[in-house]
Amino acid sequence: MMSNIAYDISNLSLWYGKDQALKDINMQIEKNQVTAIIGPSGCGKSTLIKTLNRMTENIPIVKIEGDIMYNNESIFAKSVRVEELRTKVGMVFQKPNPFPKSIFENVVYGLRIHGIKKKDVLMDVAMNSLKKAALWDEVKDRLYDNAYGLSGGQQQRLCIARALAVQPETLLMDEPTSALDPIATYKIEELIDELKKDYNIVIVTHSMQQAARISDKTAFLYMGELIELDDTEKIFTNPSDKKTEDYVTGRFG
Amino acid sequence: MNNKYMLELAQNKKEKNKEFTLKVDQKRTIRRIKLNKVLQFIFSLSLGFALLVLIVLLYRVFKDSIGWLNLNFLTGRLSIFPHKAGIYSVIIGSVYLTLIVIPITLILGVSTAIYLEEYAAKGRLKSIINTNISNLASVPSVIFGLLGLTVFSRMLNLGSSILAGGLTLSLLVLPIVVVASQEAIKAVPNNLREASLAIGATKWTTIKNIVLPVSLPGILTGSILAISRAIGETAPLVALGVPTLILTTPSSIFDDFTALPIQIYYWTLDTVLTPEYANLAAATIVVLLTVLIVMNSAAIIIRNKFEKKL
Repeated sequence: MMSNIAYDISNLSLWYGKDQALKDINMQIEKNQVTAIIGPSGCGKSTLIKTLNRMTENIPIVKIEGDIMYNNESIFAKSVRVEELRTKVGMVFQKPNPFPKSIFENVVYGLRIHGIKKKDVLMDVAMNSLKKAALWDEVKDRLYDNAYGLSGGQQQRLCIARALAVQPETLLMDEPTSALDPIATYKIEELIDELKKDYNIVIVTHSMQQAARISDKTAFLYMGELIELDDTEKIFTNPSDKKTEDYVTGRFG
Repeated sequence: MNNKYMLELAQNKKEKNKEFTLKVDQKRTIRRIKLNKVLQFIFSLSLGFALLVLIVLLYRVFKDSIGWLNLNFLTGRLSIFPHKAGIYSVIIGSVYLTLIVIPITLILGVSTAIYLEEYAAKGRLKSIINTNISNLASVPSVIFGLLGLTVFSRMLNLGSSILAGGLTLSLLVLPIVVVASQEAIKAVPNNLREASLAIGATKWTTIKNIVLPVSLPGILTGSILAISRAIGETAPLVALGVPTLILTTPSSIFDDFTALPIQIYYWTLDTVLTPEYANLAAATIVVLLTVLIVMNSAAIIIRNKFEKKL
């Protein structure tokens, strides 16, 4: 049973200076599932997902207590190199953030920093990653054009391809569609559904419909506390907590 | 009356004001439009004044240099006889200086900026250092000359050699390069750094692959402008005691030398003795201005070229 768990978070608290953003969070994230984190603005959902690959550590005033086990190993252990963790756990951000380089160079960026230089290998990986991100057909004729020429939705799928190129096990997505139009959003959601066969996916979203559409499990965060984590269907039809019910029925938030 | 008090007043007022309606006062509008036109005229006058001064200056310089600026002047040796004098060794002196200043300021300046912007922890110490660097950028150049005299000429026994001059000028423009590079690095959007780190890049890989390429146009523009300032500086070299008349062309960085601005300075000083020196100075100014225009154009071209790429 344990092998089914990707993340095991225990007693996780996080402070930005004096402000506590996460309060004693205990939750497990299962493998090969889409876990959605929902909650009103400022509830700590972005902070939580950014702690899963230790991106919150880039902010100097952050203080963390508690532990996060990833594949039965603490991500805060001395033996864990954060660079290796982030290779295994990819991340897609709220705003598409491609590099000001060609589409090809964007996808193979992760490989280049790992010292892979062989052109045929890079091309293979670029093609496969772009195919997995459902972008290949749209860009195959202009791989060497600047990525800034792509539309917002295409840029976001490029960022997904870039994350997939280093063959992660887990994909963290922080409101990946909030800057996109409905059609681009639909494409990304379809893609997430496809990707969950091979990856563990954690997605933060402010759209409850999106969580309901694409996730298997949903966690509801409120004021830094984990109120409820359960099967998505249960969260949206028969939540155990009153606060969850109020939120998913749109009474606040 | 502070804003908070005003807010409370507005909220707690018992009887409500009649709703405010904006009545446009036509006379006032016309006055505002007129004021705008008057100010526009005054601003354009300021520009005109600056241009006029510049034109007078350039006109005088070019007029005085006519007949003196020729191939012999560019390739000949220095001489006390104005008609024989050429500035070949002076140009070589300035070239040597530039060759010392460019690598030193770029390597030290950009490294310092990278450390301060990417590695150093934010805090009081960093802001003290930053303030001091900005202050150094505005310290008069003669003071840097005295520093160079003490440290490079006397302590390190470099005398008034090219190396002493180059190191002194490097110190002079280093703060400018640091500040310009810091600004360029700061302008790199943070989400690009995040994207790189989130794939598993280290800080250095991120700097090398993302931060530096994106900030390069800004760094180069600032650095070229700083270096062209170094080429035009006179005071620090005077303080170092760079000699008046060098009849040999320098062949290594340990040789004595003279440079374009300092030759202009000395020739102008000696105009009292030999009036033709004024023409030599004018011709040298034209050469120096040409070098500076070329360098500044290079800065603009580099910036435009990279900006198009991004």
